[in-house]
Amino acid sequence: MARRLERIDRPIKVLTDDIYALSSIWNMLYVAVPRIFPALLVLLMPLLSPGAYGERVVIITAIYALLALSWDFISLSTGLVSLGQALFFGVGAYIAGLLNLHLGLSPILTLALATVLGASFCTALLAPCLPLRGIYFAMTTLVYPLLIARVIEATAIVGGTDGLVGIDSFPNAWVETYLVLIFLLGCGFGLRRFMTTDLGLVLRSISDNDQAARASGVNVTSHKLIALWIGAALGAFAGAYFTHLYMFVGLSAFSLDLSILPIACAVVGGMGTLAGPVVGAFILVPLAEMLRDLGTLRIVSYSLLLVALVLFKPEGLLSYLKRRYEQVERWVEV
Amino acid sequence: MPLLTVSEVSKSFGGIKALDGISFSVAENDVLGIIGLNGSGKTTAVNIISGFAKPGSGQVRFKDRDITGLPPHRIAGLGIARTFQTVRPFHNLPAFKNLIVPLYSPRIRKFTEGGRWGDRDAVALDLLEEVGFERDSYVPYKPASTLPHGYLRRLELARCLALKPDLLMTDELFSGLSASEVGSMVPLIEKLQTRGMTLIMVEHRLRELFRLANKIVVMDRGRKIAEGSPSEIVENSTVKETYLGAEL
Repeated sequence: MARRLERIDRPIKVLTDDIYALSSIWNMLYVAVPRIFPALLVLLMPLLSPGAYGERVVIITAIYALLALSWDFISLSTGLVSLGQALFFGVGAYIAGLLNLHLGLSPILTLALATVLGASFCTALLAPCLPLRGIYFAMTTLVYPLLIARVIEATAIVGGTDGLVGIDSFPNAWVETYLVLIFLLGCGFGLRRFMTTDLGLVLRSISDNDQAARASGVNVTSHKLIALWIGAALGAFAGAYFTHLYMFVGLSAFSLDLSILPIACAVVGGMGTLAGPVVGAFILVPLAEMLRDLGTLRIVSYSLLLVALVLFKPEGLLSYLKRRYEQVERWVEV
Repeated sequence: MPLLTVSEVSKSFGGIKALDGISFSVAENDVLGIIGLNGSGKTTAVNIISGFAKPGSGQVRFKDRDITGLPPHRIAGLGIARTFQTVRPFHNLPAFKNLIVPLYSPRIRKFTEGGRWGDRDAVALDLLEEVGFERDSYVPYKPASTLPHGYLRRLELARCLALKPDLLMTDELFSGLSASEVGSMVPLIEKLQTRGMTLIMVEHRLRELFRLANKIVVMDRGRKIAEGSPSEIVENSTVKETYLGAEL
């Protein structure tokens, strides 16, 4: 007798789809808990993690989570695969450093300025590449950070290979820890909400089928620019934050790690969900720290874990958990 | 004065002349049928009018305005909508959300309110009902990727109607549809026609086309070989030789 796996929505999931006015407390909790619990967990993490080192790991995780979120947003809303998150990160990092060193602006102000200016600079840089698709766009974004790093190295502008030192740090440890976490949560929930608005739907339609979007009277290029700007802004903020965190910015701000790890986070967490990449970052980055004790075997075990996750949960962890939360599975005979 | 005039338009792909100095015009409330063998340049003509391809030479005028070489979204904004030969829905969106895209375009946006379950959703559901989606069923809410081909063709038509076009171009609207599906689509086109819409239909199904169109252009290897009312075309000897064969 042949069997097949049947998936059915849980009754409570159907009940809570779209109707809120008549919901019971359990229905409301069913909707709210998967949103509130992770947010609380993120906010409590610095208090739960031991010492300055633990706090630092949380901050770095949040920075990578922002890059992963930026990557996922760009791929979801334009259909473009970016291999150059390091470009956004590096440009934001250097702008923050320069503004702080030369104009003496406070870290909070440089963060805001670096986010806006960095995003505009990166968008202008990538605008000519927007008609490219797939691997061609990926290649150009891959090259830009490497190119800028070599230009800085060759011309010795903005500190050359020595980088910029003596940058101000954040006013206190609370600001240092919580500014990035709150920004991350705001962006995560905000972008998820944004994608359900009409403008968000139009952006998703462009990644789905840009020809049909054009025929529907939508200016595809200008919408792609908007999406790219938002994605770049997240990356630039992450970079600027990093600069003030370490009070230093160097050529490592353009390193390849910053482009690749966010993609790994997105794949592990679940692409196209916006929350998935954040979850992925909160798994992969602390994991890399925990495996430090293994010495040279660290990278081996890390890679094996990554491969196993991609192999056995290709949909991504968050998508898997969401499915289990919303549906029941059972074997039925056919 | 004609609504759309195509004059002396040529287009080459490499060494192949897809269009070779083609001219025709469409008056308001006309239904123009374009027929021809595969590769005779029908779709290229639609692509050039809708801005998806730039002509090598020649001019396209719409409402007495030169629209040659404008980008597709500008042309759509002026009121020319088109369907695609292969259906191109937004697969990941529910069927009725597919229509949010044209409803959000600058041409229509100012008339509708957005938001969750706002005007745009209501207008979208109305449009889907008009093209034959069952309103009280799940169908309009299903992701486009799960809909059967007949519904996707209707969805494609609804996406065009959402733009409130003055000129609607359909590229093989009936292809891949069953006889009964075609049978329900024809009255829909007739309804649009009585409402005063102008249509250009590229079609292989001649029986239905000859019933709907009041003017036919026959193309062969990028050139216009005949033009006239359906009854004239059926009698035309050149058309019989190159295209229709002896059966008509």
